[in-house]
Amino acid sequence: MAIVSTDALDVASIKKDFPILEREVHGGRLVYLDSANTSQKPRAVLEAMAGYYEHSNANVHRGTYLIAEEATAALEGARAKVARFIGATAAREVVFTKNATEALNLVAKAWGRANLTAGDAVVLTELEHHANIVPWHQLHDEVGIEVRWIPVRADGHLDLTDLDRLVDGAKVVSFAAMSNVLGTMLPVEQLVTTAHGAGAIAVVDASQHVPHVATDVQAWGADFAAFTGHKMCGPTGIGVLWGTAEILEATPPFLTGGEMILNVTKEGFTTNELPWKFEAGTPPIAEAVGLGAAVDYLDGLGMEAVREHEVALTAYALRSLTGRFGDDLVIHGPSEPAERGGVMSFTFGDIHPHDLTQVFDEHGVCVRAGHHCAKPLMRELGVAATARASLYVYNDEADVDALGDAIDAAAQFFAP
Amino acid sequence: MPGLEDLYREIILDHYRSPRNRGELEAPPATRVEGFNPLCGDEIVVYVDVQGGTVEDIRIGGQGCSISQSSASMMSAAVKGKTLDEVQALTRAFKGMMSIHEHALDGDDAEASIEADPEVKLGDLEALRGVVKFPVRIKCATLSWNTLLQALDEPAGE
Repeated sequence: MAIVSTDALDVASIKKDFPILEREVHGGRLVYLDSANTSQKPRAVLEAMAGYYEHSNANVHRGTYLIAEEATAALEGARAKVARFIGATAAREVVFTKNATEALNLVAKAWGRANLTAGDAVVLTELEHHANIVPWHQLHDEVGIEVRWIPVRADGHLDLTDLDRLVDGAKVVSFAAMSNVLGTMLPVEQLVTTAHGAGAIAVVDASQHVPHVATDVQAWGADFAAFTGHKMCGPTGIGVLWGTAEILEATPPFLTGGEMILNVTKEGFTTNELPWKFEAGTPPIAEAVGLGAAVDYLDGLGMEAVREHEVALTAYALRSLTGRFGDDLVIHGPSEPAERGGVMSFTFGDIHPHDLTQVFDEHGVCVRAGHHCAKPLMRELGVAATARASLYVYNDEADVDALGDAIDAAAQFFAP
Repeated sequence: MPGLEDLYREIILDHYRSPRNRGELEAPPATRVEGFNPLCGDEIVVYVDVQGGTVEDIRIGGQGCSISQSSASMMSAAVKGKTLDEVQALTRAFKGMMSIHEHALDGDDAEASIEADPEVKLGDLEALRGVVKFPVRIKCATLSWNTLLQALDEPAGE
């Protein structure tokens, strides 16, 4: 078979942008296949953060001196980059949080507590991450909302047969744009349209989407979208809640204190303008700078090319690993690469995923094992745990082959 | 650098492939307790029947990795027929073998100095000593023991 490299990305060159990929583990090269968990960081992000601390470190929105103005410009410049990257109409629709989990908690606890009462329904899907489940469970316990579930089919797609009935009378439909376990791409626009048709708001957990697929929140038409910086080449400690200006204006503040106020008296307070109304305390300034640099890095690659690369590499992985291991290897989720992201949850024979990934580690292959913070989905899949390999811009066919070799090694090690 | 053979000793793999005392007991009279490893989703069910201060019978249910399953299997063989005092001493000895590293992992040194009675013989359980070189797996090894302790603290039934 003639192999012509048609990769949309120059991965050999991209690998050189990520210093960590130069290190050795257990005497071999690092094969990082856990980017759905957290991505690695390119030198440009690390240098932007260091540069901020070395040249412009000061608190924001306060000082009248030069470096304070630089710090404020760095924070707000990063916000503008993020807004453009996701197609927001304005930077004020982009709220910086600690991570996607905090962003989803903001929606449930600030908007939810103000707008939901006993008996109101919130519709989730069975493939949600715990971050989009537990805050709603809390509202069930606190105010008596009802949580309804859109089921997942065996092929990894949602079962939308009963969608109209499930959303009937609901106040919120909240769902992942892409499954962190199965890689399934959800029909975001259809779910948003259905939610709005029923009078519900639509909340999108875009944590696995924004890093991998060009994202346009206006095209989605959603009310809120949440994602995190560290899965998209940015640092930990910064996430994003995007919301339409309309719904953000109507949402009470979540965390309160400094920065988020317009005025405070002994009698009370008034809130600041968007987005600062939701950003109490000193924000993660250096992390915002890093996230802005990550956006620049991904823009430089081009999100269309990123997606094309991942579809091609996922197709290679599904084909080569299935060819190599046959029925012993069970890969969950959609079989068609174009319908999924580069996230492959799998089990191999009767070897427990933890034992699998322990052997992988000896070969320098970093793969997550466990329930991936999606226990309701694991129950539906009928497994307690899976191993999960996930691909990103710096992965290539050699990395997938290394995973195959590591599976071979585990099979030999645990052979009866 | 610790290698896989430090972790997966032959006796561990033997208990994993042929688990002892696998199954269920009627509860009551036995006590049934479930244990969860929140990190990995492993679930273990311990059924223990204590009569007159002695572990008359024990069964292990649930599922998990080779470390959690072999530890549970070895534990079941080690405590069956033992008095509660003997089980406590054995548990202290086992957790002592694991403890320093486990607490270091938790950033909690409150119980870091569990003193094991040197007279207590761990036998096959010694094979799990290599787990301490793989800190994230310590909770796999201690899951069944913590579940047993919980079961012994509860009245018969649920």
